[in-house]
Parts: sequence; structure tokens; C-alpha cells
Amino acid sequence: MAEVELRGIVKDYGAVRVVHGVDLTIEDGTFCVFVGPSGCGKSTLLRMIAGLEDISGGELLIGGARVNDQRAAERGLAMVFQTYALYPHMSVRQNLAFGLENIRMPKAEIAARVSEAARMLQLEPYLDRRPRALSGGQRQRVAIGRAVVREPKVFLFDEPLSNLDAELRVSMRGEIAALHRRIGNTMIYVTHDQVEAMTMADKIVVLRDGRIEQAGAPIELYNRPANTFVAGFIGSPRMNFLPCTVTAREGEGVTLQDAQGRVLHAAVDGRTVADGEEVQLGIRPEHLHPDPEGYPVTVENVEQLGGESYLYARTETGIALTAHLSGQTTLARGSRTHLAIRPDFAHVFRKDTTALPRLRLGELENVM
Amino acid sequence: MLRFLTQRRGRDRLDMTDWIAFGFLGLGVFLMLGPVLWLTLSSFKTEAALQEYPPKLLPLAPQFVEVEGFETALQRFQVVSGEHAGRELAQVRRVGLNAQMVDPANPDERLNVHINDREAVRAVQVETENYTGLFTRFNFLRYFWNSTFITVVATVLTVLFNSMAAFALAKYRFTGRNTVFLLIIATLMIPPTVTLVPLFLVVSQMGLINSPWAVIWPAIATPTGVFLLRQYMLTIPDDLLDAARMDNASEWRVYWKIVLPLSAPALAVLIIFSVMWRWNEFLWPLIVLNRSEGFTLQLALNSFQGELQTAWSSLLAMTVLTLLPITLVFAFLQKFITQGIAQSGVK
Repeated sequence: MAEVELRGIVKDYGAVRVVHGVDLTIEDGTFCVFVGPSGCGKSTLLRMIAGLEDISGGELLIGGARVNDQRAAERGLAMVFQTYALYPHMSVRQNLAFGLENIRMPKAEIAARVSEAARMLQLEPYLDRRPRALSGGQRQRVAIGRAVVREPKVFLFDEPLSNLDAELRVSMRGEIAALHRRIGNTMIYVTHDQVEAMTMADKIVVLRDGRIEQAGAPIELYNRPANTFVAGFIGSPRMNFLPCTVTAREGEGVTLQDAQGRVLHAAVDGRTVADGEEVQLGIRPEHLHPDPEGYPVTVENVEQLGGESYLYARTETGIALTAHLSGQTTLARGSRTHLAIRPDFAHVFRKDTTALPRLRLGELENVM
Repeated sequence: MLRFLTQRRGRDRLDMTDWIAFGFLGLGVFLMLGPVLWLTLSSFKTEAALQEYPPKLLPLAPQFVEVEGFETALQRFQVVSGEHAGRELAQVRRVGLNAQMVDPANPDERLNVHINDREAVRAVQVETENYTGLFTRFNFLRYFWNSTFITVVATVLTVLFNSMAAFALAKYRFTGRNTVFLLIIATLMIPPTVTLVPLFLVVSQMGLINSPWAVIWPAIATPTGVFLLRQYMLTIPDDLLDAARMDNASEWRVYWKIVLPLSAPALAVLIIFSVMWRWNEFLWPLIVLNRSEGFTLQLALNSFQGELQTAWSSLLAMTVLTLLPITLVFAFLQKFITQGIAQSGVK
């Protein structure tokens, strides 16, 4: 069992606190992704779990045992670094074997494990090359292989794909996900790329300024973001926000009014807000669609990708709205159109940025 | 190689810049190599040829001939002017400005020749006795061994200790790290002559006088080495060290298996420095090594130079032999330096 549990984990650099009491449980076998903007403390958190940074406060448990004071090597983890951190003076084979030689494993077993990992990651033709003779993707696979041979309890990945080009990144994403399915270990993966987080994770932990903003399954975060930060961070392009005022609350949801008096409905639980309270209405680009009844906007830019289109528009009050349309569009820059907001897709956030619970999920309507 | 050496700017004929470049390079070669060449050629001269004035470049030795009726061989001369011009004679003895000479073909007749009318007959003669004498008459191997032992042991220890200090200063964060580093660098400003006496007191208190360790121990901690290696180690990414730690490597293994191999180019530079320092060191060994069986080569060379008389032939031969090892070390390690630079260029 390799459940990872963080209890009130704190990290101070001198007088500066960069991680503020993180509580988190990562169940055994989970692929957990830490995501957040740069400087949010996600890499620091990972390095604390790895044992490469001291833990200033709180408790870290791996498999139920407190490991705060154990050295990195004793924790039974393996890590893949952003820079790959392959030993440049060793061949691929020596790179893979180094960790095993350090624990004085018998030579025959080292050879068996190395060739097994090389087979799994298709590294066999490169075993006697030096890292600098490999391409970025191959180096990445060696770095993963170096983690795999040690058969660790938990894999840690520190932005492993950020040095790769877009195409390779997609294929390596698939390989890492496949690796997780095959060996089923707990994996903790740090990235600033929400697409990586959405596609790979069993559980996403969104961090900001050393605090957890929200943790949960990717779709859960997408459907029910806890606050405007998570709502804006998960999903691409980011969610649109419209400042509104609450005018009425019924069992069906709340009625809102924007600055120009336009009336909007949202299917959210309005029990915790009062009439007249200022709120933000959130709507994802993919949930805006052209409709003569909708919100009048001026198109500022159009991106046609063939299979889908993005409209960058502005309302009369100057609020930017992004709309994602499936298929192609005849709308051009400068044209005027109407974009409709359906209540079942709307999110409402209080002034303190926290979300009101949604009553119905429009996203689940046409689920196949 | 030839193509490289003969490449020039002008297409068919030598350009102005070619003249300047080749001239400058030629001058450089002459200045650098000339003395060494002179030394090497002179080391094969006989003591007599060395004393000669004006000096000759090649090791030319006077020639002798056995003449009937004389017990010792007589020196051969070519008569260039005067009565006997054109004849080759052997000199019996010299009296004032005249030499009494004899024709080897007709040993009974004595001829008088003015000394300015004759020239000694010479031929290139390599005096290997200068070298063999070092082994038979002097204890060259003993001095060579002393120098080698001191150089090798001191270099190994220098590299080991300096690299450990550099590793700590480059890769560990601890309070006072910069202070320690600055203190080490600051010692560069103290001239070695200032520490000579206190160092001697320490070494003699420890009873090391006349032992090679008296030369080795004070030499191994060099601020230059620490500085050089630290600056190089700063360029090794921390991720590599962290990766090794995750790979169960102890701090010693991180140092030994990761940091040291990756610092190879800087280590090569330090090795060259250390070998040159120790091999050429003179003042300190002169003070602490007083018995001739403990002498290094430099001290032995010095001992050839007496107050009244200098054994030039032995001195020159030994100087050549002293230069050889360090030249070899340099030539060998230089390759490593360029290799190292080429390697670190490609990440």
C-alpha cells in the first residue's frame, strides 16, 4: 500500500511561507496531478514529498508511516525531473542501473530489470548510447525508465513534458497514462498545463499561492469549480465572467441582472445569497451559442480551425466573451451577433469568489 | 596537418597578413622553443665544447688522432694560412703564440704554426656520457623517484581534498558558506614567503623535516584549486544530484560517481597545475629537505651548481630529463581539456 497523506504541510524559506498547511490524501494507485500557475508551490510540495526539501511543519505519511525525517532514498519513491537529469557521463544502461547498484542488488537482477524496462519503454536500441545522443522523447523515456526499474511505491513527476514539442508531448502523455494503467502505482504529477491535468489525472489538486484551491476528479472540477480561480484555470479557453446582481431566488435557481438591466437565469442554489448582492456569472466558451434571443456582442476576432471555431467578442459594456462553436462560422471581425447563456450551464460566484452549488448540470444532458 | 599549417589568406601567393601571421608565429616558436632546443643540444656537448667561446649550436667536439711515437692522442688541426696552408696536422704542444705540430703521415718532422693560422677539426659528437653519468656517478633515479613520489601523492591529495571542499562550497547550503569561501580566496593574497617561517616551525614540530611528507602536506590545500573546481561545479545542475539522491546514492557516491566525473575538465586543469607546482617547487623543498638522499630533482640540479665550479654537462642533461615528464603530462592532459570543453558545450 502506498497511500500518500499530507497533514498540514508547511514550507518556509526563512521568513517567507510558500506552502500554507496543505492537507491532502492521495489514495493508493491514484494518478494525482498538482496543477497551478508558476510559483504556486506545486513543485515545492512535490520535492517535499520526495524528500529533497525539508518539511517545515506538518506531517507526511507514505503507506501510513511518518516519513518526515527519512532521507529521500529511504522513502522508496522515484522521481522524473523536468530537465530529465540523466547522468551525462553514463550510458543509458548505466543510467538505468545506477539506482540499483546503489542498493547493492545482484548483477543478474539488475540486468534483468534494466532489460525489462528497456523493452517496456522501447529503449533497447539505445542502451549503450550516452544521453546526449538521444532525442528529447528518448531522454524522457530513459528518465521514466530510471524510475521504473526501482519499482518504487510512488512515482513523482516534476513537469516531465514541458521541454518537449507539442506533438511529442501528446504521445508521451499517452505513454505515461499507459504506464500507470500497466503498473498501477500511485503517481504524483506536477504540471502547469491544465490539458495534461485533465487528460491524465484520476485526481487533480489545484494549487494557488501555497494553498489547495480544490481537489477532486477532473470532471468534477470542470463541472463544479469551487471558486473563480479553479473555474478560470480548468478548461480552455478560460471561463467567461459577467458581473451581475441577484434579483430573485426561486427553487429553480436565481435570477440575475447585469449592469444594463438584462435578465439572466442560472440553475444554482441561491439560499446563501441575498437579493441585491453582487455576484459573478460564469459561463464556459463551449456553452455559449449563437441565438437571436441572446446577449448582443460585437465580434473582435475569429479563429477558424476547420472542425471548430473560436469567437472573441465584446459586450456593449466592454466585457470580453469567448465562445467556442463546433464546426465553421460565417461570422467575421466586426460583425454583430447574439450569444445565449442557458441556465443549466451557468456558474454563479459570490463576491468572495466562492461558487454557489449548481442544481442541474447541463453538461450531463447528452452524455453518451 | 600540413594543410592546416600551410593555409593562408592569399590565394596564389602570400598575402600581407600571411607574412605578418607567419612572422609572428615564427617569432613565437623561436622564443618558446629556442631555449629548449639550445638546452637539449647543449646537453649533448662535452664539457670542453660547453666551455668554448664563441659557443656553437651543434655538439661539435675536437678530433684527435693517434700518431706514432706519442703516448696520447693528438688534436687535429687544419692549417688555413701561412707556410703549411691546406695541410692537416696534429698538435704536439702549444708554446706561446706558436704551436708545435706534426704531420701524422710523417711523425718525425716538427712544424711550427702560428695559432691564428690553424683551425681545430671538429665533428658532431653526441656526448651520451652526460646522461649515463647521471645514473652511474649521481643518484639520478633516487632524485627522480623523490620528485615523482612528491608530485604524484601531492597531486592526488590536492585533487581529492580540493574537490571535496569545492563540492561542499558549490552544492551545500549552510550558514557561513560564502564567508568560508571568501576566507579561502583571501589566502591567495598572502605571499608564500610570509608563511614560510611559521610553516617551517609547524613542520619541524611535527618531525617531518627530511621526509617527503614535509613537502606534500603543506601543499595540498590550494585556494586556486578550490576556486577553480567550485566555479566549475556550480555549472553542474542540482537536478542531477537530486536524481542521484533519489537513486539511493549516499552523499559520498553523489560526489564520487556524479560530481567528480562531470568535473573532469576542471580536474585536468588542476592536475596540470598541481604537477607543475610540485615538480618545479624549489624554495620549500630546499628548506625542509636537507639530506641529499631526500633531494628532489630541482634540489639535485641546484647542487650541481657549486660556489666555484658548475658541472654544466651534468646540469644540462639532468635539466632535460627533468623537463620530460612534465612535458608528457601536459601533452597528455591537454587532450582531456579540449575533450572536456567539447563535451560540456553539447548539453
